[in-house]
Amino acid sequence: MSGIKEVILDYIKEEYLEDEDMELDFSSPLITGGIVDSFSMVSLKRFLETKYKIQIPDAKATPDAFDSVDNILVLLKEFNVV
Amino acid sequence: MNNMGPYDEIRKKFNWNISENELGYKDGDDINIGWYCSDRICDQGKGEKVALIWQGFSGEVKKFTFNDSRIITNTMASFLQKTGVENGDRVCLFMDKIPELYFGFLGILKMGGIAQPLFSAFGGESLITRLEDAETKAIITQKKHLGKVRKIRDELPGLEYIIVVDYDGKKPLQEREIAFSMEDSEKIEKFDVFRSKAETPSVLHYTSGTTGQPKGAQHVHYSLISQYISSKYVLDLKDDDIYWCTADPGWVTGTSYGIIGPWSNGITQCVLDSGFKAENWYRFIEDQKITVWYSAPTAIRALMKEGKSEVEKFDLSSLRHLCSVGEPLNAEAVLWSTDTYGLTFHDTFWQTETGSMVITNYPGMEIKPGSMGKPFPGIEATVLDLKTHEPIEKRGVVGLIALKPGWPSMFRAYWNNEKTYNSKFINGWYVCGDRASIDEDGYYWFVGRDDDVINTGGHLVGPFEIESALLEHESVAESAVVGKPDPVNMEVVKAFIALKPGVEASDMLELEIMNFIRKKLSPLAMPQDVEFVDSLPKTRSGKIMRRMLRAKEWGEEIGDTSTLEDD
Repeated sequence: MSGIKEVILDYIKEEYLEDEDMELDFSSPLITGGIVDSFSMVSLKRFLETKYKIQIPDAKATPDAFDSVDNILVLLKEFNVV
Repeated sequence: MNNMGPYDEIRKKFNWNISENELGYKDGDDINIGWYCSDRICDQGKGEKVALIWQGFSGEVKKFTFNDSRIITNTMASFLQKTGVENGDRVCLFMDKIPELYFGFLGILKMGGIAQPLFSAFGGESLITRLEDAETKAIITQKKHLGKVRKIRDELPGLEYIIVVDYDGKKPLQEREIAFSMEDSEKIEKFDVFRSKAETPSVLHYTSGTTGQPKGAQHVHYSLISQYISSKYVLDLKDDDIYWCTADPGWVTGTSYGIIGPWSNGITQCVLDSGFKAENWYRFIEDQKITVWYSAPTAIRALMKEGKSEVEKFDLSSLRHLCSVGEPLNAEAVLWSTDTYGLTFHDTFWQTETGSMVITNYPGMEIKPGSMGKPFPGIEATVLDLKTHEPIEKRGVVGLIALKPGWPSMFRAYWNNEKTYNSKFINGWYVCGDRASIDEDGYYWFVGRDDDVINTGGHLVGPFEIESALLEHESVAESAVVGKPDPVNMEVVKAFIALKPGVEASDMLELEIMNFIRKKLSPLAMPQDVEFVDSLPKTRSGKIMRRMLRAKEWGEEIGDTSTLEDD
């Protein structure tokens, strides 16, 4: 389980984090914190779908569901990924 | 009673002198937007009134009075001058929605510079294109975006100063980089504001077109005359209002109505520097007791998705007037807002080039849900025949929205691009590039763009810029980019891509291409859908027929295909 969290966190750091000095953890606000905007959220959703071979309905891809790695993990549980 | 009064009456008697007189401006006087938005308000005895209530994503709140604004903008103007920036130089603002962005904008204008705000999510390629074209001399940014600037600065020898507003001293600054602290700098009480005149350049906003690279729409200080009075009439701003414009000053709404309009009226405005979340937005309205709210259809539709139950958790009774801008506000959203908030969103239409609202709905005027409203007093508008470019007299016929040049905030040039600027004027009209019809009551009804530009979330994205960037991806042979319908953003970018021989299409490649464009250009330009194709439809002369692909996405008739190469 922690492996998935770390994979997602590493992906977000690699793909979205601009400030090299910024500390990011599992509870860091991604959407409200301005790290991932609503347009970029589409690519993060696509990453999760591709990586874990799932389809996340748009209705479930809310800013709240993507606002932290912890929240994303809650979402992935619905798809039996974790 | 609203500020404007009955629309038909004011439309008959309006002239721009009304605005000039209220601002105490006479032809030939000095006119500096920076001074009008800070010093003048203090001179009116409102120095201790709150100008800005700023809230960060973590909940931290900062408040600044108009006197604070006057001193901070003096300090920033003085700093720029001492650094070596001269009047007429282009100074880019590349920041999140932090206080330094708002005061920096006025500071640049106060010292005679031309403010060039750019959306902080822009990638390196988007930055280079715009900074190179404008021959920008200085960029004001924050630490989190410094990495992007460092990657491109070697390609921009004219970029002499990189000013960092939140330098913490942890890592050394590099060549051309200078620290500036709004809090710690010596406060400048008195500053000789640059004596700009009506036609002195003020702001340079870049906007996308169908072909070529983005163009810099150049405005002048006299734009204030339009921005002041339209804020007063359409936003209905009054002295005790608490106003919230949700737009980012990287785009024209964020400067015309997120800085100039409210502050030249001496209004308290709020800024929430946080990504979108319905709960946070509603809480912000409740906490700050916002009365006038100017937002965008994309945000309104996102709030609709969250439902009425989310609204009922908050006390939004402070709200009294709502407006919207960016793309047409659909009738369903207008009706939803009336039902949910007890207030109707008033749609407003204008563009980067127009500098201020030109066709809008007004407080006190009947709203026809889904309509753009009527021309602003002082604006002569029509729709032109698609072929002859003559005004269409018959009601209900679709034509090109056109405006008679001469309103104060009309753009004065595309930077370094006189030919394209001139091409916007036909038969004595400025042609907006949008199609609409006018009904029997004089209301305008938006139909769509007249070109291939994609309006996504209220922002225009040029297909050419994305297609050019896609060609730089090692797997892409050729591409065509169009807008496809989207329930929230109106349109999103879709890319049709033919891969190079031997490259296999895959989900991972699609994601890689999406991220490639997102980082190179911006999240707005990122294709949200990629379709791999064997080849693209072209004319016999080899030009890609985007309209065929677009028609397919929108379920429209494909139209004339007689020039297709494969026919």
